Amino acid sequence: MKQKLSVPVALLALLMTVMVLAQYEVIDLYIQTIILFVGINIIISSSLNLVNGHMGEFSCGHAGFIAVGAYVSSVLSVALFTQDRVFGAPLLPPQYAFIGFPLVLLAGGIAAAFAGLLVALPSFKTRGDYLAIITIAANYIIITLIINIDKIGGARGFMGMKRVIFAMEDVAEIPWMILWVFLFTILSIIAIRRFVSSTYGKGIIAIQQDEVAAEIMSVNTNKMKLIAFMLSSGLAGIAGGLYAHVIGYVNPKSFDILKSTEALVMVYLGGMGSITGSILSAVLFTLLLELLRPLQIIKWVAIPLLLIILMQFRPEGIMGNRELSDIFPRLKKFYRFK
Amino acid sequence: MESLVQNILNALQWGSFYSLIALGYTLVYGVLLLINFAHGDIVMVGAYIAFFVSSLLLGHYHAIPIALSGGVALALTIPLTMILTSVVGVSLERIAYRPLRRKGAHRLYVVITALMCGLILENGNLALLGASRKKFPEMVDKVIYTFGTVSVTNLKIAVILTAFLVFFLLQFIVTKTKIGMAMRAISYDKFAVPLMGIPIDSVIVFTFILGSSMAGLAGVLFALSYPILDPYMGLTIGWKAFIAAVVGGIGDIRGAFAGGFILGFVEIMVVAFFPSTYRDLFSFSILLFILTLRPTGLFGVPKTTKI
Repeated sequence: MKQKLSVPVALLALLMTVMVLAQYEVIDLYIQTIILFVGINIIISSSLNLVNGHMGEFSCGHAGFIAVGAYVSSVLSVALFTQDRVFGAPLLPPQYAFIGFPLVLLAGGIAAAFAGLLVALPSFKTRGDYLAIITIAANYIIITLIINIDKIGGARGFMGMKRVIFAMEDVAEIPWMILWVFLFTILSIIAIRRFVSSTYGKGIIAIQQDEVAAEIMSVNTNKMKLIAFMLSSGLAGIAGGLYAHVIGYVNPKSFDILKSTEALVMVYLGGMGSITGSILSAVLFTLLLELLRPLQIIKWVAIPLLLIILMQFRPEGIMGNRELSDIFPRLKKFYRFK
Repeated sequence: MESLVQNILNALQWGSFYSLIALGYTLVYGVLLLINFAHGDIVMVGAYIAFFVSSLLLGHYHAIPIALSGGVALALTIPLTMILTSVVGVSLERIAYRPLRRKGAHRLYVVITALMCGLILENGNLALLGASRKKFPEMVDKVIYTFGTVSVTNLKIAVILTAFLVFFLLQFIVTKTKIGMAMRAISYDKFAVPLMGIPIDSVIVFTFILGSSMAGLAGVLFALSYPILDPYMGLTIGWKAFIAAVVGGIGDIRGAFAGGFILGFVEIMVVAFFPSTYRDLFSFSILLFILTLRPTGLFGVPKTTKI
C-alpha cells in the first residue's frame, strides 16, 4: 500500500505546490520558466537515453526530432485555435484549446516518430559510428527542410504560440503550461520505464549487450530498433512541442547540432541506461546553466570544463547504469524502479 | 561547359579542405576508434595561431627587429603553425583523453569529452579574444591564370596540390613505415600490441601530432583562402568533414580523402544549380544514400562480429 501510493501522492503534491505558488505569483515567471525547462529537458534526456543508453547506439541528432515536434505542434495549434496572419481564422473555437492542446502535442510527437524512421530504417544495416553519422545527417536534413519551407517562416522562425496559451487562460486562469509539462514529463518517464522493464522491452537491452546473440535468442532486432527509435524520437517531438509553446517562438537554428550536443551531455552525465540518472542530470544541467548565467560567455567554458573534470573522476556518469533505488535500497519501500 | 570546369575547380578546392580535415579525423579514429569531435575546433585554433604567427612575422606587433616579406613569412608561418597546433592537439590527448583511456571508460564517454574540449576551445577563444572577427593578413600576391573563361588563382592550385601531397604522405606513413604498422596494429588489437613491445602511448601521441598538424595546415590554407576568422568557423566544417570521413569509410586514409572530395563536389554542384539554402539538404541526402548502398562507407571493410 505504502509502495503503491507514495510516489503518486508525492508527485501530485509537487504539482499542486508548484501550481499554487505560480498561481499566486510567489515564484516569478523566470523561475517558472526554469521549472518548465527542467521538465522538458527531463523528457529530452530520458528519451535519448532510450537509444543511447539502453540500446547502446550513438544517436547525435536528437534535436532534429525535437524540431519536427516543435514545428508540427506549433503550426497545428496556431492554425486550429488562433487568428493568424498566414493560416487565417481559427478552425476550431479557441475555447477548446485546452482540450486540443495535448492532442496537438501528441500529433507533433507522432510526426516526430515518423521522422525517426529516417534514422530507424538505415539502422537495420548500419551500426556504431556509421549510424552516428546518419543521425547527424538527419538532423541537418530536417533543419534545412524547415529553412526551405517559407509558409512556416523559413529561417525567420515561427511564432504565435503564446496566443494559444492565452486562449487556454481565457477558459481558466491557471498556469496551464506547468500542468502540461508536468503531465507529459511523468507520462514519458512512465512510458520509457514500463517499456524498458517489460519482457518485450528487454530485447533493447539485449541488443545493447550483443546484437548477434540477441538475434539468435529470437529477438526481432529490426523491430526492436524501429520501436526504440520511433518511441525515442516521438517523445523528443512532444518535448519539442512543449518547448515551442513555453518560448512562444521557434527558429530552425535553435535545433541545430548544439542542441543535440546538450542532449548528449545530459545522457552521458547521468549515466547510460539509467532513467533516474538522466532525470537527475537533466535537473542538474538545467539548473547549472541558469546558475552560471552571470558568467556570460565564460559559462560555456566553465560547464564543459566541469564536465571534463567530472568525467575524469567518474567516467561512467553520475549513476552509471544503476537506478536510484539500486544505490539506496531503502527507497524500494516507497517506490520500485522495475 | 566553361562554368562546369570552373565549378569543378572550385569543388576541388572546397573538397581539399574537407579532405585535409577528414584525414585528421580518420587518423585518430583508425588508431583509437575515437571520434575526435574537437578536431574541427583544432582547425579553428590552427587558423588563429597562423593569424598571430603571421602578424608577428610581418612585423605588425613590432616584436621582431625586421618585418619579413610576405613570401618568407608564409614559408615560416606554415611549419610554425603546424608545430603549435600539434602541441594543442597533443595536450588535449594528454589532459583529457589519456586518463579516461587508462581508466577503461566507455568509448562514448571519451567522445563526449572530445565534444566538451571543442566547446572549450571555441568559447575560450571567444572569451579571450572577443567576438570581433579577425582579418587574416594577405601574404602572397594573388595571381590569376585565365584559360578562356576559366580562371584559377595560384592559391587554389596550391590548396589542391597540398591536399594531394598530404594524402600521399599519410598513405606512405601508414602503409609503408614501421610506425604506421604500429598504428594499424593498435587499431587491430589494443591489448596484444603492448605485449609485442610497441610503446602504445608514443604511437598515439604520434598519431595526434600527425592529425593536428594536418588540421593546422588546413587552418592556414583556409585562412588564406577565406581570410575572415571567427571562433565558430571550425564547427560546421568539422562536423561535415567527419561526415565525409565516414562516407569514405572511417579509419581508412583513402576513404577520408575520397569522402572529402565527394562532399566538396556535391556541395558546389548543388549550389551551382539550386538555391544555396538547399545545399545541406541535397548533400546529406546523397550521403545517406551512399551509406544505404554501402553501410560501411566506400572503402570500409565490414567487420565480422563474433559472439
